[in-house]
Amino acid sequence: MSAAQDTPTPLLEVRGIEKSFPGVRALSGVSFDVRAGEAHALIGENGAGKSTLIKIMSGVFRPDSGSILVEGRETRLATPDDARRAGIATIYQELLLFPELSVAENIFLGHAPRAKGGWIDWGAMRAKAEELLASLDIDDLPADETVGALSVGNRQRVEILRALSHDARVVIMDEPTAALTEADVTRLFDIVRRLKARGVAIIYISHRLDETFAIADRVTVLRDGAYVGTRLTRETNSGELVQMMVGRRIDNMFPKTEAPIGEPVLEARDLVRRPLTKSISITVRAGEIVGLAGLVGSGRSELAQTLFGVWPAESGEIRLMGEAVTIRSPAEARARGIAYVPEDRGSQGLVRPMSVLHNLSLAALTSLTHGGFIDRAAELRLAEQAVGRFGVKMRSLDEVAGRLSGGNQQKIVLGKWLANQPKLLILDEPTRGIDVGAKAEIHRFMGELARAGVAILMISSELPEVLGMSDRVLVMREGRVVAEFDRAAATPQAVGAAMMGDTGAAEKAA
Amino acid sequence: MSAIALPGAASARAPFWRRLSSQEMLLAVAIVGLAVIVGLVNPRFLSANNLADLLLGNAYIAVAAIGMSMVIITGNIDISVGALIGVLATLSGSLAVAGAPIAVTWLAPLVLGVAVMGLQGVIVAYVGIPAIVVTLGMLSILRGGLISVTGGKWITDLPDAFHLADIEIFGFIPMPVAIMVVATIVAAVWMRWWPLGRAIYATGGNPEAARLSGVSPHRTLVLVFMLHGFFAGIAALLFATQMRVIQSTTPSGLEFTIITASVVGGVSILGGVGTVVGSTLAAILIAEITSALVFINVSPFWTHAVQGTLILATVIADIERRRRRRAGAVR
Repeated sequence: MSAAQDTPTPLLEVRGIEKSFPGVRALSGVSFDVRAGEAHALIGENGAGKSTLIKIMSGVFRPDSGSILVEGRETRLATPDDARRAGIATIYQELLLFPELSVAENIFLGHAPRAKGGWIDWGAMRAKAEELLASLDIDDLPADETVGALSVGNRQRVEILRALSHDARVVIMDEPTAALTEADVTRLFDIVRRLKARGVAIIYISHRLDETFAIADRVTVLRDGAYVGTRLTRETNSGELVQMMVGRRIDNMFPKTEAPIGEPVLEARDLVRRPLTKSISITVRAGEIVGLAGLVGSGRSELAQTLFGVWPAESGEIRLMGEAVTIRSPAEARARGIAYVPEDRGSQGLVRPMSVLHNLSLAALTSLTHGGFIDRAAELRLAEQAVGRFGVKMRSLDEVAGRLSGGNQQKIVLGKWLANQPKLLILDEPTRGIDVGAKAEIHRFMGELARAGVAILMISSELPEVLGMSDRVLVMREGRVVAEFDRAAATPQAVGAAMMGDTGAAEKAA
Repeated sequence: MSAIALPGAASARAPFWRRLSSQEMLLAVAIVGLAVIVGLVNPRFLSANNLADLLLGNAYIAVAAIGMSMVIITGNIDISVGALIGVLATLSGSLAVAGAPIAVTWLAPLVLGVAVMGLQGVIVAYVGIPAIVVTLGMLSILRGGLISVTGGKWITDLPDAFHLADIEIFGFIPMPVAIMVVATIVAAVWMRWWPLGRAIYATGGNPEAARLSGVSPHRTLVLVFMLHGFFAGIAALLFATQMRVIQSTTPSGLEFTIITASVVGGVSILGGVGTVVGSTLAAILIAEITSALVFINVSPFWTHAVQGTLILATVIADIERRRRRRAGAVR
């Protein structure tokens, strides 16, 4: 830790980084640095800009403006290869290894030691791999083992060794513990400490505050693509970090309108669908918007898909409008008046090569069909209604849906469900990645539906959205509902703490 | 760009001519253009006899390409269809020679075609084996089985009534051409305005979104393969009844010609896009090119090279179009 203060020049520094994608401002004026022998944690909610920032530091994206300095010298990282040459290695969540090759081959892929005549010097490669393994005191990982046979934790160690084989001086780890067992986490921390002792700088992205405190020397918080602040971990606490992450910004962007709350529409009891839905009970009433908060991987989307019959429940009970039902497929869920707007519009919601018209009628084909044929006039009416209601911007109903902007695509995915006049609407990240104007329209529309008596279950990783739109907030963690808040009690601190699983902060906030 | 919000405006549809696929227009122009050019070089090309022969001899390819187009639009492929047509033609001819009622000889290939393709559809959809592997296996089974059972003997002495292809409707429209036109129109209407037709495009365009919309991609796939089998049955019947002998071997490279017709007709190998009108026009164009090569004194052995070039050109154009569309979507 003293090394962090003695080194005047950071190994890697970014200043005033700006990055926009069409319709989204991903980063605005973010600065960050990491010094030799230091672990610097980067935290923030989903969508805060962490991934974009590490992709800029590893040469995948180029910033619109701002500068990148390696050991104090301004450097252009135009490609991942530039970053590697600058001594920056990134270990992504999805490990990029070749399962059919051995540990040593994976480590030295692309820069294997050569013998005379350009042949790979297998002996030298093996020896160097063993040297690397020994340098981290890893004695349970044979250099000639096939990578495909290794556990996730061991594969990750192979990735780290690969980074070291390139003499990486900065190692970026993107949520390295997301898929690890307890024992693997301990071993990973041990490796991180050894790397720090060697003067390697670590950038550590995580959702988990306890890890941040266990491993990082400093922590930087991002929110909505902007820099919030940097703290020394020994001088801060989880309450302050949660506060920094969620902020206090529930403004009039969320025009929650009061709707009379009626009888329960959905009552689920003890729903189980392994591995990520573990005995969940949940009630949503007519006119009520229930927000489902939680981190990515907490089982929220899986719960939605279980309710919608994508992954039917293994046990438990579902009642709709008081009647016990079994839902074995999306078609059955639809027939029972459930609508589901999935998380990933591109891969789950929209048939991109199909026209706007045909996308809008896709979920309503059964009711539009008379005498074996689709009623074209009714189909057109339905589409025009949906388009008018949402203000979809397009050239014509015959335009290919994949050509529209993200916000307009999302309006079409939403619109196609309204044709069925659902009683229960499940929205998974309804406004992710769409522009502010379209977002407000979708929120306004949710309010209208609630007033019309639709029960709405909304999953969102944006805490302000959850708090701003919901009558009730449920928090999920590791496949269970761990906390429930009324609108009045749902403060950013309380909900944020429950999401992170930090009971101490939850008590302080409450 | 001139994006407009439409508050329920009546003009929400694109003009009619814009809704026609550009591929179909292109093919129609190519068919006429080629006829004119070859006709200038060798006027005999445009004789009624030659044009009739051209359509008669290739109608079965257009019919088979209808089913093939549906299969490709769902994002699959079938390479067993050529062998299946050989088997079905032999079955039909054998029944006729054995003295079965004519109706039976005409119905049998349809039934067996639906059964064989339906089975393949079930394996592709529910067992989850890629269609190219399943149909490659079926290709070998059918081809090997046919040779083993028939010993490669030719079927001759077919009864006159068997020759469906000889019938002329109203005394002048040859049956194969009539069937090609009617089948294409029926399939085109069906693809556009029947719910299952819509399900084909949805399944090929995005199976996950189709499933979440309550469309079953599995069921759709099996039905599409069965329909494909039905069209293959009709194609086999036209193939069997247009000549006096049936060779009782599988016509080699037939599946290639059928797939070429679909792909050149604008059916995207990536699924989700295409029409059967396009594939029928492409089948006619390919037949025209083959015939034209003879009339301008080019060796017919170049036919396959020309087909191959057409396929490559169409697929490259399709991928280029998608790339531009994707680039256009980011705005």
